Amino acid sequence: MNQLDSAPKLNGVNVAPTSPPLASPSLVAKTLKTLRKFASNHAKWLIIAPPLLYLIAFFLIPFFLALKISLSLSILAAPPFTETLARGENGEYIFTFHMVNYNELIHDWNLFWQDVSDLGSTVVNWVTGLFREVETPVSDREGSRYIDSFITSLRFAAVGTFFCLLIGYPCAYAIARAPKSQQNLFLMLIILPFWTSFLLRIYALQGVLRPSGVLNKLLLWIGVIDEPLRILQTAAAVQIGVVYSYAPFMILPLFATLQKLDPALLEAAYDLGAKPFRAFWNITVPLSLPGVIAGAMLTFIPMMGEYIIPDMMGGPGVETIGRVLWNMFFDDHNWPMAAAFSIAFLLFLVVPIAIYQYYSIREREA
Amino acid sequence: MAKGKASPFLRVNYLMIFLFISLALLYIPIILMVVNSFNQSTLSTSFTGFTLGWYGNLFEDRTVLEAALLSLQLGTVSTTLAMLMGGLVAIALVRIPKFLGRLLLTTMITAPLVMPDVITGLTQTLLFNSTKVLFGWPDHGGFGTILIAHVTFIMAYSAVTIQSRLLTADSSLEEAAMDLGSGPVRAFVEITLPIISPALLSAWLLGLTLSLDDLVIASFVTGPGATTLPMIIYSKIRVGISPEMNALASIILGVVAAGVVISSLIMARSEKTRISEEAKALKTG
Repeated sequence: MNQLDSAPKLNGVNVAPTSPPLASPSLVAKTLKTLRKFASNHAKWLIIAPPLLYLIAFFLIPFFLALKISLSLSILAAPPFTETLARGENGEYIFTFHMVNYNELIHDWNLFWQDVSDLGSTVVNWVTGLFREVETPVSDREGSRYIDSFITSLRFAAVGTFFCLLIGYPCAYAIARAPKSQQNLFLMLIILPFWTSFLLRIYALQGVLRPSGVLNKLLLWIGVIDEPLRILQTAAAVQIGVVYSYAPFMILPLFATLQKLDPALLEAAYDLGAKPFRAFWNITVPLSLPGVIAGAMLTFIPMMGEYIIPDMMGGPGVETIGRVLWNMFFDDHNWPMAAAFSIAFLLFLVVPIAIYQYYSIREREA
Repeated sequence: MAKGKASPFLRVNYLMIFLFISLALLYIPIILMVVNSFNQSTLSTSFTGFTLGWYGNLFEDRTVLEAALLSLQLGTVSTTLAMLMGGLVAIALVRIPKFLGRLLLTTMITAPLVMPDVITGLTQTLLFNSTKVLFGWPDHGGFGTILIAHVTFIMAYSAVTIQSRLLTADSSLEEAAMDLGSGPVRAFVEITLPIISPALLSAWLLGLTLSLDDLVIASFVTGPGATTLPMIIYSKIRVGISPEMNALASIILGVVAAGVVISSLIMARSEKTRISEEAKALKTG
């Protein structure tokens, strides 16, 4: 601190001597010029470096750590895994990689394919199983826990995305065709629930689907059913939950592309004699495809990894990837297996994520 | 559009009915929850009488209040940091055409948007565990670890929001200012910053909601003593019906609705003044 105080002051700011006092004026000017040039050439790094370094440290490196830990063994200790890198007696580095976790996944995969001898019965089981409470959790069963949860998640995500599209497309189309003054209001109504708590929205939906809830009361009143349907704690509740929560994610990107669509194109098609459906199918649908893909990825990917909805609405029998990962980390403390399963899941997700990135980057740079 | 020629099934009216039904389905559960927050009946099967008791219970619950305070602190700090970082990313991606690591930055800033929460949470907690072994930090999870994890995923949303506004902002204004002799920093502060300020505000508000809403990531990286509001809500509604949570949801909804109305009024007004000022500038120029 004393050193700083004795340094020469310029406008009240401490300045350390930058050049030796004996240097000639031209040399000082030259150094200053190079410094300035260096600064102006590299000033951009003041903008780029902080977020880039932050993301490398806190987003990229964690994935490599997960990869490293997935190659270790689960032990009872803190941290609960074996060291993959150690120093030997002579200071040499010793890597110890275990493939156990991945072997378990592959073993699961093989078991799964033995089970799928008859695809037809699988489909029938799924349909009949929708409203049936699964008695024993999958984890207690002999069998392929990881692949089973993967298939369960894939099913929720695929069916959920389909229904989101089915509901979202007409909604987005209606908003895009509405007068400009109303569009913002509709969009706000779609977004507004997002500003409230996700958990509390799921809780609200639970209230409607309960045996004593509004839906059952309505159905009883109409006379469709004689006794309340059991919807909560079944796979159907999870399916309803993901569509309810994620449909707006489908509507917003769809609206963005449909709004840009030039009505003159459709008019031209009508003038040339195209029937409305044909004009819609040949013009509107292809032109809105980027929105469909963006919306599908924005709903499919989070649905695949969803933890809260299956946990709150599915009961113990509905095991999804999110729940397996959560339980493996918090209850079983099997970090290496959780890491391995995440890596495998991520490898699967690379394809949809890459599609999403391709379209979103192209959209933004267009 | 060629209204006369549209076929019946694509006519705006049918679409509008569909839209209204969808919006009704979206809002019915939420409205019922608000109604039930004033309902005397605990089971909320039928309305037995008006009460404000659940609100009273809620405000007497210290754990809820403490968690709400922690979440608000966490949310404001993390979303402010995320907005600054996201803003830097947006400027870098829009205004600097070529630099080393551009593709890496683009990938890392869009990936968190679609990364499942469980994976983000798991990898983040593995990171903090490793830094604990290597550097002795953090001693245990808590405010700091949740803060870092939240900044990491929220800055992606901030960057996208600011980037889209920056892309539509005319960079020729900035160039004109620089041609007239102002430095790049001054040109940015005086020209570009006012233009993107609505995006900064919406990025900030979005970030705050994301932070206040996050259960999964915070649960992975938290430690003893740091219980956020979503963790409390989750522990209460997981067991079954909790009328206090109806009250909490209604309060949140009320605050959000008021905030949205006020901010949209402010935005509409600032947009109006901006347009009129631009028109004035064009006239005098």
